[in-house]
Amino acid sequence: MPFIPHTPQEVEEMLAVVGVRSLDELFADIPPQMRSRRFKLPRGQSEAAVCAFFEDMAAADKTDLVSFLGAGYYAHNIPKAVDAIVGRSEFYTAYTPYQAECSQGTLQAIFEFQTAVSRLLEMDCANASVYDGGTAMFEAAMMAVRSTRRHTLVVDEAVNPIWRGMLTTYCAGLAVNIKTVPQRKGLSDKQALCAALDRDCAAVIVQNPNFFGFIEDYTSVFAKAGELKAFGIISVYPVMQAVLKTPGEMNAAVAVAEGQSLGQPLNFGGPYLGLMACKKEHIRQFPGRIVGRATDLDGKTGYVLTLQAREQHIRRAKATSNICSNQALCALRALVHMSLLGPEGLARQAEHNMHLTRQAVKQLTALKGVELLNNAPYGNEVALCLPEPAEQIVNALIAKGFAAGLPVGRYYPDMENILLLACTEVNRAEHIAMLAGAMGGLL
Amino acid sequence: MKTIFAESVPGRGSRFIESDAPTAAQMLPGELLRAKPPRLPECSELDVVRHFTGLSSLNYSVDANFYPLGSCTMKYNPKFTEYVAGLPGFARLHPLLAQLGQGASQTQGALRCLYDAEMLLREITGMEAFTFQPMAGANGEFTGVSLMAAYHRSKGRKRGRMLIPDSAHGTNPASAALAGLEIVNVESRDGMVAPEALAAHMAEYGDDVVGLMMTCPNTLGLMETHLPEIVETLRKTDALLYYDGANMNAVLGKMRVGDAGFDVVHLNLHKTFATPHGGGGPGSGPVGVSARLEPFLPGPRVAVRRDGSFYLNNNLPQSIGSIGPFYGSFAVVVKALAYMLRLGGEGLERVAEYAVLNANYLKKRLEDVLDIPFARLCAHEFVASAPQGLRALDIAKALLDRGFHAPTIYFPLIVKECLMAEPTETESKQTLDAYVEALKETVALGKNNPEALTMAPRRTPVRRLDETAAARRMTLTDDME
Amino acid sequence: MSHFPTDILYSKTHEWMRREGDEAVIGISFFAQEALGDVTYVETPQEGDTLAAGEEFGSVESVKAASELISPVSGTVVAVNAVLDNAPETLNSAPYGEGWIARVKLSAEPAGLMDAAAYEAHCAAEKH
Repeated sequence: MPFIPHTPQEVEEMLAVVGVRSLDELFADIPPQMRSRRFKLPRGQSEAAVCAFFEDMAAADKTDLVSFLGAGYYAHNIPKAVDAIVGRSEFYTAYTPYQAECSQGTLQAIFEFQTAVSRLLEMDCANASVYDGGTAMFEAAMMAVRSTRRHTLVVDEAVNPIWRGMLTTYCAGLAVNIKTVPQRKGLSDKQALCAALDRDCAAVIVQNPNFFGFIEDYTSVFAKAGELKAFGIISVYPVMQAVLKTPGEMNAAVAVAEGQSLGQPLNFGGPYLGLMACKKEHIRQFPGRIVGRATDLDGKTGYVLTLQAREQHIRRAKATSNICSNQALCALRALVHMSLLGPEGLARQAEHNMHLTRQAVKQLTALKGVELLNNAPYGNEVALCLPEPAEQIVNALIAKGFAAGLPVGRYYPDMENILLLACTEVNRAEHIAMLAGAMGGLL
Repeated sequence: MKTIFAESVPGRGSRFIESDAPTAAQMLPGELLRAKPPRLPECSELDVVRHFTGLSSLNYSVDANFYPLGSCTMKYNPKFTEYVAGLPGFARLHPLLAQLGQGASQTQGALRCLYDAEMLLREITGMEAFTFQPMAGANGEFTGVSLMAAYHRSKGRKRGRMLIPDSAHGTNPASAALAGLEIVNVESRDGMVAPEALAAHMAEYGDDVVGLMMTCPNTLGLMETHLPEIVETLRKTDALLYYDGANMNAVLGKMRVGDAGFDVVHLNLHKTFATPHGGGGPGSGPVGVSARLEPFLPGPRVAVRRDGSFYLNNNLPQSIGSIGPFYGSFAVVVKALAYMLRLGGEGLERVAEYAVLNANYLKKRLEDVLDIPFARLCAHEFVASAPQGLRALDIAKALLDRGFHAPTIYFPLIVKECLMAEPTETESKQTLDAYVEALKETVALGKNNPEALTMAPRRTPVRRLDETAAARRMTLTDDME
Repeated sequence: MSHFPTDILYSKTHEWMRREGDEAVIGISFFAQEALGDVTYVETPQEGDTLAAGEEFGSVESVKAASELISPVSGTVVAVNAVLDNAPETLNSAPYGEGWIARVKLSAEPAGLMDAAAYEAHCAAEKH
């Protein structure tokens, strides 16, 4: 059998030691009426045959489309050194570092990840990651709910609707009330956000750049939240964060992010990575794993899982979260990626992509009836008004070899002509000209 | 080792992007920009590679060490699954591409993988349908609990309590609490759920019970022999039965949770289906349900048309909503599917047989070394107590010096000085024998010279760390000194 | 110093209270801190919080355990021991002295508490 080393003779010896006559006898404790009624699975295949099957499946996916899809998840070039390092099985075949003495590699990497995330976001500390940007947002909201003992969340409608949808699902069984403040032409209505805040609010949740790609400063919103002892929670895009005003500078209480753009392949939806960072005073409310620096018996520096009394294996029903794992390998990818790029690399990536997006905007808005949703500052993603429903245009462009972006009407019913388009370094300048040409032919 | 930040030399740029783009300050108003660049490492590629290669050498791992961490199923992770999951046709696929254009025609390969994986898990578990959205086991628990609550709501019932055995993983009560439920602790007797305790709780809370979360075999490595009665007791008030699949490796092909009467199951693909644990993740926690819970599954769901093509079904009016952003940890699901296809039905059934054989063999051989509380056959893992006068912690640390990862210690909480070992089916008799010898040596050393044991480990990259000081002082980043 | 001082009263959940006029000082017992091990964090109530006897008013953490604090008295918190913020280990070294947790202005006469002898017997039974 693949991956089972036992020889028939060894099986006999082992059964004799155990004191049973057959392998099946080992399952005598399963009540007879509970035994499987059937188990009709295909026969096993050779490794080569299985690989061939997946090669066919992968070939059936159209990854050769010229794509401008983003919506919080971006195609980026990842240095090959990330794969080389993360492909070391000393990392990927270890588990959660319960035995610190033989897990210093994983532990120090997480500590460094926490440092990198804290510095990128200019927050005091970060945790070892959660599943993704959506769960990070929910966990941040729960930190606020527990800490303030209040049950209303004020959420900007310009926050990614995918994450807002998750927030709604996760809060369904809880006594948490979500107040959504409508966006205005793709921008946050900061006055309305402030007006929605009161002493029953646990937190206000915003995103920068927002779902439509526009960039704002939320300092005033967080100041208002602070006056009312509510949390200011912000979700950011890590690449743009290399240049944008930070959550720390805006005085957010908790900052979160979808970490996919830091070295994670798109992978058709996962695994991804949720970044979470907060001010020091909120650290006891953090969900999940946290690594701290320690010294050993000889005074040598090492790292341990710390603040574990918050967690489910100790506090059970009263834990800060049910999360047990973190996305350790994804966090390692993000750390290696940030280390390879450095501050200069990450900032240039942001700038290059912003520049490409400006070129796209210039060429596309030159088409008849195409204009920006708003003249506000934007990053590497932006919402464009088309003269026809975006869904139709996008569908027609698929046939011409383009994934032109995301029609946002599915999330915002009165915005069916709006197309969300992102550029990254995988797009070449001629792609943009080709898209403009193809779209021009349709309008 | 120094941190990567200590290796940083200002001005050592990476030139990751060769670009003529203007600077951010030329494109955006200054008040929207950060005052200072992020203090990320400034290193050469060699600096980075050398640093992380150095870190990797400080880890024990399945590829280098026997790793009998109970409840974690640290089996060998076949290498070819890394290859298939990394194929560019999967790795470069944007999840939203499946939601553009006509009928998901751009992503037929990926959708077929999800569909095939669901079909196989259905047959393996006897459940009616699966969702892959949950991103880990605990996330699957939350999903399952939410589905149970949705079922009762759809019947017009307001139920608020979840029964959970005292031997359960901490995630069970934490997940149920996260879904807004109150926890009722069910006491165990002889390592199993005590039927009379269950009956008493059902009598007290009756119509307020959402269901019971069972781990089976339980965290003591024992099969619940009262299962049929338990199922019957719950059915009386239409309370639902949740199967925590953490220990599925023990029953593959032998018991199907659907046949056994369970309504919900979560599986840990990183345990039973051999996807790597990654130092703590990513995992994947697909959830399977019986027919009556299917309408509540998260969406979208992969479905097949009459012509054999696949599409995403969003027409799910009773769905609880979205648990993850898209279709789950797709790359992990691909690895698990590759493993299932390689092993086939026979191979999967052998997995359970040899996992249980290895655990029982190890348990038997350790009977005169450790205190084994339950004399019965165990499933894929077993619990033992450190012998009189010795601490589980010290034994665990001494094993590290002998090149073995330690078993799980101090869990389950109901066994004193607990060492819980799960050898898995991929380990050979020779490895198990070597582990037995190491444990014998360790216990003998501890009995003769208890001091020596408390000083272990000595051969690991660091010795015992002061966790108390670390928790009091809290240095969580390089900037918090 | 005795592990069961006689000038205070104890609760079944191992908190103590020392009566001082219409106020009471509260903390956790030697037995409780010993069971927890090295204390790493004390979540204290805030001045002005209302406590109810038998209800949670904070928590204590060690590396491997967490325990809720159950108030032995009812009343309003008038002072909190700030020492515990930076030196939680004081709870281990002086549970009845410098490791006090809060001072409470009583709103009701404390009831159902044990004297030192009864509490010592309670601990002995629990250890068993």
